[in-house]
Amino acid sequence: MSFGNPAKGMLAAAVLAATALFTAPASAEIKNLEIIAPANAGGGYDQHARAMQQVLQDHKLASSVQVVNIPGAGGTIGLSQFVTAKKRNPGLMISGLGMIGAILINKSPVTLDQVTPLARLTGEYQPIVVAADSPLKTLDDLIKKFKADPGSVSWGGFAVGSPDHILYGLLVKAVGGDVSKMNYIAAGAGGEMMASVLGGHITVATGGYNEMASQLQAGKLRALAISAPQRIPGVDIPTFKEQGVDVELVNWRAVMAPGNLKASEKQALDDAVGAMVRTDDWKRIAEERGWIDLYLPPEKFAAFVKDERSRIEGVLTDLGLVKP
Amino acid sequence: METLAALGHGFLVALTPYNLLWSAIGVTVGTAVGVLPGIGPALTVALLLPVTYGLEPTSAFIMFAGIYYGAMYGGSTTSILLNAPGESGSIVTAIDGHAMARQGRGAQALATAAIGSFIAGTIATAALTFVAPLMVKLALLFGPAEYFALMVLALTTVTAVLGSSLARGLASLFLGLALGLVGIDMQTGQARLAFGVPELLDGIDTVVVAVGLFAVGETLYVASRHRFETEEIYALKGSKWMSREDWSRSWKPWLRGTLLGFPIGTLPAGGSEIPTFLSYLVEKRLAKKPEEFGKGAIEAVAGPEAANNASAAGVLAPLLSLGLPTSATAAIMLAAFQQYGLQPGPTLFDNNPELVWGMIASLYIGNVLLLVLNLPLVGFWVKLLLIPRPWLYAGILVFSSLGAYTLNNNVVDLVILWVIGLVGFGMRVLNVPVAPCVVGLILGPLAEQQFRRALAISQGDPSVFLTHPISAALLIIAALLVIGPMVLRYRNNGAGNGSSSSPSGTHPAT
Repeated sequence: MSFGNPAKGMLAAAVLAATALFTAPASAEIKNLEIIAPANAGGGYDQHARAMQQVLQDHKLASSVQVVNIPGAGGTIGLSQFVTAKKRNPGLMISGLGMIGAILINKSPVTLDQVTPLARLTGEYQPIVVAADSPLKTLDDLIKKFKADPGSVSWGGFAVGSPDHILYGLLVKAVGGDVSKMNYIAAGAGGEMMASVLGGHITVATGGYNEMASQLQAGKLRALAISAPQRIPGVDIPTFKEQGVDVELVNWRAVMAPGNLKASEKQALDDAVGAMVRTDDWKRIAEERGWIDLYLPPEKFAAFVKDERSRIEGVLTDLGLVKP
Repeated sequence: METLAALGHGFLVALTPYNLLWSAIGVTVGTAVGVLPGIGPALTVALLLPVTYGLEPTSAFIMFAGIYYGAMYGGSTTSILLNAPGESGSIVTAIDGHAMARQGRGAQALATAAIGSFIAGTIATAALTFVAPLMVKLALLFGPAEYFALMVLALTTVTAVLGSSLARGLASLFLGLALGLVGIDMQTGQARLAFGVPELLDGIDTVVVAVGLFAVGETLYVASRHRFETEEIYALKGSKWMSREDWSRSWKPWLRGTLLGFPIGTLPAGGSEIPTFLSYLVEKRLAKKPEEFGKGAIEAVAGPEAANNASAAGVLAPLLSLGLPTSATAAIMLAAFQQYGLQPGPTLFDNNPELVWGMIASLYIGNVLLLVLNLPLVGFWVKLLLIPRPWLYAGILVFSSLGAYTLNNNVVDLVILWVIGLVGFGMRVLNVPVAPCVVGLILGPLAEQQFRRALAISQGDPSVFLTHPISAALLIIAALLVIGPMVLRYRNNGAGNGSSSSPSGTHPAT
């Protein structure tokens, strides 16, 4: 740039200054970020990865963000690739409650010890539902039926050891039933399981509230209880706790950073994610998808993961899926 | 009448030049992802979802619908030309479609696939328009016992692809069933035959096996014979248009395929493979020349392709009328609905009629656009076979490997592809048919899971399969399909005319 022409020089300086001013928050922009969604396109992990991609890029918190789907074995294939990959570019991985169970059940050689918990993002509370014409009207009816004849209640859920299975395990344990007598049916993903309970082929089903909202509103399903700590505004379902059953479970989703991070790298990622969850765009996406904002920063989240791991291991041991 | 008025309004929405443009973009992108292995419509819609945020929901859904239907069209192209099915719904198409291509009838195979897809797509979209709620009600009657019976019925397809040697056919079937066992057992969470390889925990992908057996195995075999035999692939022999005979042999399979595809597509656990298997079986049973099946029978392309496309429309029925996503693409479409603050389900038709009817109308329009796009492309696609042999074979192997890797971004899939490919080569050398293996691999695990679910729910009482009327009926049909040809053959033998029946129906294979 030549400063021979003063006017031109002034202009250039002004442009530089302006650029500096407007891009000040973007000085921490993370380049070539790769987000691993350890599941197929369309699922919860994938949707979180793509929502992050969209918001991080739109708000200039990161650039050239790529989402890579590595499905398999409840997310543990994605986890093992995330842990073992030698990458020059910064990477993140979506994780969640389901992965904790999958690691234990699949005896995964890699665990969450090898990643840095970065942030809990969102969660969904799970209602337990029956078909509208089911004779079971209340949670109490369900518990009575189970205690009278445990095999007669078919509990439909996603995979063995999934959050669905864990919720049923917690419920049966809390009411003093015999967990080992549960007739759990791995009834397949979303639509398939819902169709099974709507058609009366299985006794109960569970899943994210949002997946069932329209069926509940249309009166085709009846919710017996929801796994939230207190009533959720706008959701007319009693919690387990208010019905005297001490069960609480949130199917949380989170984002993990690589294990061997420098403090400065961790700080940069933490700043970006922290800024992301505060944007209106993120809040809007979460509301549309029915995700409840449950953001926890790195330290609190790490402590939460630790508690959650021992709790889940306990339930899975009761269910006979993990040998103590 | 009300439906017609609503649909008419939908056409007004979809036929604006702006929305037509999005439909055209959708079908073009869809055809492209259908042709490329490893990239499916689900991933494409997921990739485009953030991009479409600024669009009107109606325009976005018109484009998504185009991608969805387009991918179904594109999938048959690689099946027929390269013997490399891009998605599991086109596996059956590869069997006779590729045989046709080798005989220089690739253009006719592509044409009957495209026209059959158009006809099936249009009829099934009409069915979606008028009887979706009814179909969905029927679909909910299907529980594990009914699904198991349906899988048994589909398994009888094996009798149509066994080949001339019963022992070899069954060996191939059992290899498929064994491969299907690999991975975590859904009902207990225990790993089977994974040998400590974490990537095997989710089982072996059917597309990887199909591409390995069909494309890699076949290519290795043909390449190994290169020195000893003269070329046997012809790009084009005679006219590239379907003859009068082709038409008369195609139209009934198109309609029958549609009739099988749509209802099974509406079943939440129906899937796209089962109607294609059943269509193949039905066509072979009804064909005047069943001995041509496996060697390039046009019915065997027309029927399954129609069934595949009709089932794609069927999948939209539970999505639109119940909000139940029953395929990966449907799940991502559900997310797209939510992005626009729409809740699919019983209330969607009332709350957002413009969107729903615009989308349904765009399915009709997309079908026409796809036919217009695909028929002229037929001449271009068959030229692929003019590529000099070594390049073509190398190309098929690269293309297959690329596809296997993209599927899960995992190197282990590549290893599986090549191991299966070598097995396929060996099977080809030993004259063992590969189709029964794929049938076993796809249906075995489905049948097993449904069987065990049914028994778990009934607490171990096996009579559920016979006391549920739908299940009992399906099992009886399956038994008749296996026993029927035996009885016919027996009677023919009695009349002193034993040579006319097909050799494949000689034994109950299931």
